[in-house]
Amino acid sequence: MDAVIIPFHQAPKTDKMTNHDQKIPQQPANRSPKERLYRLGDIVFENVTRFFAFLVLATLIAILISLVITSMPSLKAFGFGFLFSDDWDPVREQFGAMIPIYGTLVSSLIAMLIAVPISFGIAVFLTEMAPNWLKRPLGTAIELLAAIPSIIYGMWGLFVFTPVFSEYVQPLIIGTLGNIPGIGALFQGPPMGIGMLTAGIILAIMVIPFISAVMRDVFELVPAVLKESAYGLGATTWEVVWKVVLPYTKTGVVGGIMLGLGRALGETMAVTFVIGNAQRFSTSLLAPGNSIASSLANEFSEAVGDLYTSSLIELGLILFLITTIVLAIAKMMLLRLGRMEGAAS
Amino acid sequence: MSLSRIAKSLVVAAAVGLSGMAQAIDITGAGATFPYPIYAKWAEAYKASSGNGLNYQSIGSGGGIKQIKAKTVDFGASDKPLTKEELDKDNLVQWPMIIGGVVPVVHLEGIKPGALKLTGAVLANIYLGKIKKWNDAAIVEINKGLTLPNQDIVVVARSDGSGTTFVFTNYLSKVSSDWKAGPGSDTSVKWPVGINGKGNEGVASYVTQQAGAIGYVEYAYALQNKMTYAQMKNKDGQFVGPDDKTFGAAAANGSWKAELGFYEILTDEPGKDSWPITGASFILMQKVQDKPENAKAALNFFEWAYKNGSKSALELDYIPMPAAVTALVINSWKSQIKDAAGKPVY
Repeated sequence: MDAVIIPFHQAPKTDKMTNHDQKIPQQPANRSPKERLYRLGDIVFENVTRFFAFLVLATLIAILISLVITSMPSLKAFGFGFLFSDDWDPVREQFGAMIPIYGTLVSSLIAMLIAVPISFGIAVFLTEMAPNWLKRPLGTAIELLAAIPSIIYGMWGLFVFTPVFSEYVQPLIIGTLGNIPGIGALFQGPPMGIGMLTAGIILAIMVIPFISAVMRDVFELVPAVLKESAYGLGATTWEVVWKVVLPYTKTGVVGGIMLGLGRALGETMAVTFVIGNAQRFSTSLLAPGNSIASSLANEFSEAVGDLYTSSLIELGLILFLITTIVLAIAKMMLLRLGRMEGAAS
Repeated sequence: MSLSRIAKSLVVAAAVGLSGMAQAIDITGAGATFPYPIYAKWAEAYKASSGNGLNYQSIGSGGGIKQIKAKTVDFGASDKPLTKEELDKDNLVQWPMIIGGVVPVVHLEGIKPGALKLTGAVLANIYLGKIKKWNDAAIVEINKGLTLPNQDIVVVARSDGSGTTFVFTNYLSKVSSDWKAGPGSDTSVKWPVGINGKGNEGVASYVTQQAGAIGYVEYAYALQNKMTYAQMKNKDGQFVGPDDKTFGAAAANGSWKAELGFYEILTDEPGKDSWPITGASFILMQKVQDKPENAKAALNFFEWAYKNGSKSALELDYIPMPAAVTALVINSWKSQIKDAAGKPVY
């Protein structure tokens, strides 16, 4: 058992060690007859890897271009209004993306609101507080959660979670949160179990393993010396986590959150099962809605007509842009954080 | 040595593969998902009897129409018939292949399958959100003897585009002018109320979960899952239950005209036994065939299926086309499908 689990945790460290060890003796060991061959190998290897790297970029650009070209009919017909129209009527060929965009953003937002604090808690517990015998089994269990295919989460959500949620939890939410003026509007309507909130919760469960695994890994990279110094100065565990571990690892933490957010935005099957797939706007989070990925999965195969198909492809384009923008914002945040640090020190 | 040996064996393998392909023709088709199980079953039986294989990809009606227009397949399949103009525009022929029924299913405590009666107008008003409770006067009036609860109706529809939705909404459009002016009829529509599930299984699971739900699924699906289906009032004013006889009656009462590409949607057909929400699934082929031998093989397959496929169709809860209609279809091939030189393929 141990032999299986150990490499998970120690693999990065040992890798680095052996890399260094190999590089140093390699250069003087080269002999002149073979040197050319090695050189050639180096050049070929360099170009092959460069080709692979650029292939990714080329694919990305090609996807973007083909998305734009194939969504042309809809871009021409609806223009910018496509983004703000809540009409999705295949019969009259009137299409607007507002409801799927809203559904995608809101369900992902709910997922993040739930998943980030929980993942943070899991990571802190695993790195700072859990006894050693518990760390590995728990860590492995969380990693295993990440390996479950999303459709399983969807089916579990529909067949197991939804009935319990609609029977016990939603009436409670409607009876309490629903009565608060203002935010009460978010919790109205019959307790059907499926809807935006359920989709957000299922997404949260799906992304927790990703975010917590990344957080745990980066928390473990904090040098013990830093933490021990803080403890030595009399800091509590909370202070150590908040003032030492988190500032040291914030790049990785934000990266982990973005990884989770990226997954939540594009998640298809799990969301389709529980979001209710209604192209209708509702202020209530308990009401059914729709997301971009779920609309695409549902409607693409039977979409007849250029305008319908191209509107769906334009939805895909919008999802592509949303994820790009989210990632760009994350990168900018990190850059700004880095600059501020530079100014402070 | 070893390399040349590998190369030789590859050449031999390729030659064997090619000669194998030359003997039997592989018919290719793509389209509707609804008839896929029966096409697959027919294909298996046909391969055993004739040696010709059928490769059918159930990619959806929309995809099937695109593929046959692009001539990448020998035939396309669609649950929604193309109109005469659409067929002429792309030089296609069309005919019905198999019939299926759509059945309203409900989730009501203490109501047995077939006990609840509905009319087209009531069904349309439920889906329009005008009838909100199960004990609405309009439902109670046609269900004397049943105790209907004071319960909200949870309306469930298909979220994915499907032939089932097309047939269902086509029926609602025929019986309700409000529905026609509102959501209308297509493979997916803008549903005024309710929740939407993906596929028959999605609708079925929502209906089973939500007390007071109503949904619509393919007949085979309702039957296999023992769902509580409703009786429907047909055009002649009779309440009928869904079964092979009522679907068959609807098909027999349809008006099939070869010159119109057999454009006929079997909803709200006359006849006292006709199930009102019935629909056929259609085959599309090019009028002018670049590969006449493939077209011939495909037509042979369809003829074989018409003549020998009824039993397996009924086993899978599909309804075979009435013999009078299949004779019309087979007759139309001679004059409609030709090779590049203008010679009839069939």
